[in-house]
Amino acid sequence: MNLRQVAVPVAALVIFGLCWEFLVWANGWPNYKMASPSDLWPSFWKFRWLFLEYGWDTLWRTVAGLVLAVLCGVFLGMVMGLSRTMRDALYPLLVGFNAIPKATVVPIIALLFVGQHDMNTILIAFLISFFPIAVSVSIGLSTLEPEYRDILASLGASRFTIFWKIALPKTLPEFFGALKVAVTLAFIGTNLMEIVEPHGRGLGHLFDSGKISADYPLMFAVLIALALMGILLYYVVVALERVFAGWAERAPT
Amino acid sequence: MAKPLIEIKGVRHAYQTQSGQLPVLDGLMLAVPEDGFCAVVGPSGCGKSTLTRLIAGLLKPDEGEVWLHGELVRGPKSIVGMAFQNPVMLEWRSVLQNVMLPLEIVTTRMSRREQEDRARHLLALVGLDGFEDKRPSELSGGMRQRASLCRAIVHQPEVLILDEPFAALDAFTREDLWQTMHAVKEKEPFTGVLITHDLREAIFLADEVVVLSGRPARTQYVMDVHLKGPRDIEHLYTPQTADALGILRHQIQIAQGRAPAEEAGP
Repeated sequence: MNLRQVAVPVAALVIFGLCWEFLVWANGWPNYKMASPSDLWPSFWKFRWLFLEYGWDTLWRTVAGLVLAVLCGVFLGMVMGLSRTMRDALYPLLVGFNAIPKATVVPIIALLFVGQHDMNTILIAFLISFFPIAVSVSIGLSTLEPEYRDILASLGASRFTIFWKIALPKTLPEFFGALKVAVTLAFIGTNLMEIVEPHGRGLGHLFDSGKISADYPLMFAVLIALALMGILLYYVVVALERVFAGWAERAPT
Repeated sequence: MAKPLIEIKGVRHAYQTQSGQLPVLDGLMLAVPEDGFCAVVGPSGCGKSTLTRLIAGLLKPDEGEVWLHGELVRGPKSIVGMAFQNPVMLEWRSVLQNVMLPLEIVTTRMSRREQEDRARHLLALVGLDGFEDKRPSELSGGMRQRASLCRAIVHQPEVLILDEPFAALDAFTREDLWQTMHAVKEKEPFTGVLITHDLREAIFLADEVVVLSGRPARTQYVMDVHLKGPRDIEHLYTPQTADALGILRHQIQIAQGRAPAEEAGP
């Protein structure tokens, strides 16, 4: 990674912050309408320990939900990608499930597992983010050109060998594409649970406290903290993608 | 003629479609002797690719039998090598690792070192020395097809099945690869079946050209190619070759139903 790759996004962030600051200043908006970046620092500083503690809560529960989504999504994707019958059977169910607004699922989950806050939160993060993974893995597997299968099948290779040596690595770029979408979705899931069913933990709860105490800069600060964590996790996925599917990236021409 | 290595006896195959059965092959006969090279030509969609999958044991015929080396084919066997129009390189592997892929499936007595040496040797034979560690995406279409050819023969298959491997290449690259094929066949003898739409390619590469009829395909005409062994491109421009091409073209027209079949069948 060279200087340019770091400097360009950082410069873009600074310019964005400046524009935001200018917009608020030029319009003379009060804090309760729109906080400006310069109002956020005091909030961050004042609640710095809560930000660390709650940020960690949100982060680990999001990652746990994401890991669950990867495991279940890949499994469902495999089942649907390798069997036509299963694809026909499961697609309508999955699409229907995905169409349900997850905010409506939150109270159901909260009632189902009363008091299990960690599990509830992880569950919502998982439910909201497994769909793109399942779909992309199933599409990656079901669109494998028959020739890829034939070069190994003609040698008497087992279905598992073909899957392991060809289908799985060939699907990795699609998988990582979906994982990038899933990362941000998982954050939405975690915070949905933390805000709709506050249980005293997580950045969602901090946001809710800001709302209750009319501390608008705090609410904006939480949003910025969430955005930063989203960026962090996204680039972790990008790094993993480089390692495992770097071959799919073409050299710039 | 010695006992054929590939023998197809009255094979019939139909695909199940929504509007009922679609027979693609019916009463197909084919015999290729050891070290022979047979080109199969025929109208589009006449079931030529189905034929390759039958020989490879990837499909079972509805009727008739496929014999390889005196054994009835009941399923995939590791004595077959395949190359397709799409070179299907595994992009996450180097060219060398791509060529070595069949050796990971077929049980060989070769050590890892020997396997690598064999793959390098083959890549050099087709003119890809120096490209072993490149990614397939860095190769041109012709080079990918050369690598695909190496992969098809790396495990020393008894039968090499080529399903229009040169169809997507430009004319000059194709002629280059034709000559590479002869060079390879001299160093690494194989019994081959070549599916093609190119009559000149069929005559240039094969010992025998089989014309299939329209769907459902049966063997309509068999031509012994007058050229033997390795040959030069110049041999494509002799009167004998022109005559042979004329006969094949006429047979294809019969197969397409565009010319009357005055003497159908071999």
